Amino acid sequence: MKKIVFGRKGFNKLSADDKVFFLFVDVMMFAVLLLVVLPMLNVISSSVSDPNAVMQGRVFIFPEGFSLAGYKAVLKDSKILNGYLNAILYTGATSFLGVITTILAAYPLSRKDFVGRNGFMMLFTFTMLFSGGLIPSYLLIRDLGLIDNRLSLILPGLVNTYNIIITRTFFQSNIPDDLLDAARIDGCGNTKFFIKIVIPLSKSILAVIALYFIVANWNAWFKAYLYLNDKSKFPLQLVIKEILFANSMNAADGASAASNEGVKMDALSEVIKYSSIMVSCIPLWCIYPFVQKYFVKGVMIGSIKG
Amino acid sequence: MKQKNAEYSLSMKSRKSRTLKRIAPNWDLYIMILIPLILLLVFAYYPMFGLQIAFKRYSASGGIWGSQWVGLDQFSKMFNTPKFVQVFFNTLKISVYYILVKAVVTVFFAMLLNVVRNKYYKKTVQMITYMPYFISTVIMVGILSQLLNSRIGLYGNICNLFGIEAVDIWSKPQYFAHIYVWSGIWQNLGWNSVIYLAALSSVDQELYEAASIEGASRFKQLIHIDFPSIMPTFVILFILSVGSMMSLGYEKVLLMQNPLNLSASEIISTYSYKVALQTGTDYSYGTAISLFDSVINLVFMAFVNQLSKKVTDSSLW
Repeated sequence: MKKIVFGRKGFNKLSADDKVFFLFVDVMMFAVLLLVVLPMLNVISSSVSDPNAVMQGRVFIFPEGFSLAGYKAVLKDSKILNGYLNAILYTGATSFLGVITTILAAYPLSRKDFVGRNGFMMLFTFTMLFSGGLIPSYLLIRDLGLIDNRLSLILPGLVNTYNIIITRTFFQSNIPDDLLDAARIDGCGNTKFFIKIVIPLSKSILAVIALYFIVANWNAWFKAYLYLNDKSKFPLQLVIKEILFANSMNAADGASAASNEGVKMDALSEVIKYSSIMVSCIPLWCIYPFVQKYFVKGVMIGSIKG
Repeated sequence: MKQKNAEYSLSMKSRKSRTLKRIAPNWDLYIMILIPLILLLVFAYYPMFGLQIAFKRYSASGGIWGSQWVGLDQFSKMFNTPKFVQVFFNTLKISVYYILVKAVVTVFFAMLLNVVRNKYYKKTVQMITYMPYFISTVIMVGILSQLLNSRIGLYGNICNLFGIEAVDIWSKPQYFAHIYVWSGIWQNLGWNSVIYLAALSSVDQELYEAASIEGASRFKQLIHIDFPSIMPTFVILFILSVGSMMSLGYEKVLLMQNPLNLSASEIISTYSYKVALQTGTDYSYGTAISLFDSVINLVFMAFVNQLSKKVTDSSLW
């Protein structure tokens, strides 16, 4: 019996209708591929092009001339380096503590003999439908005295109901009840069972959750924008936001363009924008090929029981 | 009578002790959940109590609990502000536009990608189209504003190449919704298709075999097998997106705003943020706006859920 009807059959054996259809699909997908790749290529090329070529609008898909002036300026900027360190701190702390919080909630909720689990579960899932919103949250952080405190970026993000649900689903379908019974007979309590058996069996879901936390926190900027005033505490995204959106988009049309020096400065500042975009994207793009499958796995687990 | 009471209290006692007996061996599970529970109560539930300021006139001295009750004053102020009406329709327009385009384009893309015969080609398309999802909002809008710059961006360059005068689309309000929606599609298309591809891969292969023996072309199979098999998933996702219809996030829109496009780009969430935390400090008014927004969302979701329960059998609850 053939498993995949059209996959195994040679292309020539197909009917004319199918040939046309398959070709059409391949071409469409190629068009999608180009639509995604070309804009990114333009950004990458602009970041390494000669600033004047960028300024004159000569960069399309490939670099025009070659210059690392943008990158040099970006790497010399102590704000960027500082932003990097802050982002690593916030992302690392939130992800580490977030994973711990997630499994501490998910494991009890996965146990059938946990009295009151439906009530707890409702308490958690309700927050997915309804929330206090931005302003009450801001007032809470303010009243707790956490404005301008690094904890304001870490603590509120630790409980994530979606992550708890997919971890709980994983526990339910991967930790058999028999295992717990057997451990109990050997005199193993809940805590010991959790640490010695559940966690080692759940490394893959822990990786998925950790990655979710890492990406979400690496990319976050709004909480920092809201809660922090001290620039030395800004994470990378906020620093880059200031670089990208500081001078409004048509600033170069203004007076500074008149002088030669001004043109040069504007050209550089445009290339700096492209380089700082790249500097922010490169870390995630480096790990992306290796971790992509874990993200998809998480979506699958989550969709079993959404 | 006395005996009955005694019996009753005995049965209560034994029930209590039975519950206790079921809880006691798992005492450590309760300690485990304590930390997440406290964080949940503080950072998710306490702000819900903060919503009461929507019915008060917030004063710095009174705080959340001590400010003066004003009933629905904030809401009547809201409906009497012409700006709010504009903001409401901006939100509605952008949301509906995005939800419809997203639903159609994603389903179309997933079904076609599922047809691709070459495994490696399929994998490559998936891998590349997932990538933009991992770009942060700041970077995404940064890339957008560079690419769509009419002077030095890719868009401007292409227009110049063909000798067309590039319109500065950032300064024209009528283009805002298009930029927002299509950049969202660009960023999320691949990722949103994951769940449909999973649904398609679980279709019984015998259906295809039977169909091809009957002489149905692949295109016919697409319409009669693939499409019906992703409908339940489609309905659920559609309910979810309608349920969050009015909660267009402020993060992306805030970055895309400039003084020239504000008449189209001011939406409920950014408006509420601005009156409370940016240009103004009217916490009560801002909270009233966002509460109104959340309630509309819940109502929408319940409505669509009921509708789909009647029409299609698939529903969220």
